[in-house]
Amino acid sequence: MGALERIEHAVKGPVWGCQMCGQCVLHSTGLTCPMNCPKTLRNGPCGGVRADGGCEVKPEMRCVWLKGYERSRRLPLWQDHFNDLRPPVDNQLEGSSSWKNLVTGRDRQTPRGWADEAGGHVDA
Amino acid sequence: MSTLEQKLARGDFVVTAEMPAIDSGGYPEIHRQLAPMKAYLDAVNATDNTAAHAHASPLAVAIALRDSGMEPIMQLVCRDRNRLALQSDIVGAAMHGIENLSCLTGDDVTAGDEPEARRVFDLDSPQLIAVARSLAEGRYLSGRVLDPAPRLFIGAVENPGAPPFEYRADRALKKAVAGASFLQLQICFKPEYLERFMRAAHGNGLVGRTALLPSILIVRSALALRFVDEKVPGIEVPAETIARVEAAADQQHECFEVACELAAHAMSQPGVRGLHLISFRQDAGIAKLCTRLGIPPRAEREAHGHSPAVAV
Repeated sequence: MGALERIEHAVKGPVWGCQMCGQCVLHSTGLTCPMNCPKTLRNGPCGGVRADGGCEVKPEMRCVWLKGYERSRRLPLWQDHFNDLRPPVDNQLEGSSSWKNLVTGRDRQTPRGWADEAGGHVDA
Repeated sequence: MSTLEQKLARGDFVVTAEMPAIDSGGYPEIHRQLAPMKAYLDAVNATDNTAAHAHASPLAVAIALRDSGMEPIMQLVCRDRNRLALQSDIVGAAMHGIENLSCLTGDDVTAGDEPEARRVFDLDSPQLIAVARSLAEGRYLSGRVLDPAPRLFIGAVENPGAPPFEYRADRALKKAVAGASFLQLQICFKPEYLERFMRAAHGNGLVGRTALLPSILIVRSALALRFVDEKVPGIEVPAETIARVEAAADQQHECFEVACELAAHAMSQPGVRGLHLISFRQDAGIAKLCTRLGIPPRAEREAHGHSPAVAV
């Protein structure tokens, strides 16, 4: 891990439980890190959320996506981004700095077969 | 085009069901499980390691269903396969003429009998739907061309009965936008949750984009209801429903009455395009439920058309 990665993790680890996926989507998920969902879902809660709001896998933990949804409703910004269709995780970016990947645009690179937001396909 | 796709495009009322999990016994076992419900169903789900227990693969069961004269819906969950394996199963299914898919997140490995297994979840369900659509448009996720493009009819699942309730119809809409043309809704024992979901589904435009098929579960005892409540992720059975069945002289009969009431309620909701029926045991429950609800056998519906009139 380089210096930048260490700094990023030192900041985001304690606050958001950052898992260093390298493609941060916190702004669109109610400032709740989806990589803390045991199923690492990027697009909302699964159907297993318990009646009391507990996680299907870890009943004692509140569903990450339930928290994310509630927080996103309270945010002054980015509310609409909650419904974005987020692309599959790029596993090559694990452990790298999402700050650097944001600046270089690397975190927005998706496979050529991935549809863009409008539902059409982006041709490279 | 699959007949399920044709029927839903025409606006026909459709009945689908869950194939009980198949382990061994070959085609005779498929025929035995199918026999009591076959006449009423438009399509049957070949399930994918339900409740995180290993069973015969959905691709194999889907092929066997097709060979047995029943239209299959191949379920795919994200728990056991990465994106490569999911794509190869979809393309492989299309090679055998299997077009209907139901894309799910899947129960976690901890729900099953091998909780020590590695969970995959390389894709989530909206991503899997989008990848399936990409295949149907003639390319793998990588962008590599598939020519000719496989014909697919993509479906998914949403749970109207799990928190956050006010968000579920929007999550379903996300799946529709990603490419799902039908949604089999998770079993829901609280009619008010389904009503809330359907209202939101009218409000956000979901009803006009996808066919919604609520699920109805037929069990035979209060013990089974209690098991579902405690062990099946995302399904809550109200205490009063369990108490009602427990107090009944004939529990099997009372369970059937509960299922009839829920089914009639679901069918009365504007925007509902059919039912998905689940019976854990191979029995006459599904045929009996259809008869009770006034849903004729498939052949009769295909010959004369059918708009359900609810009378229970």
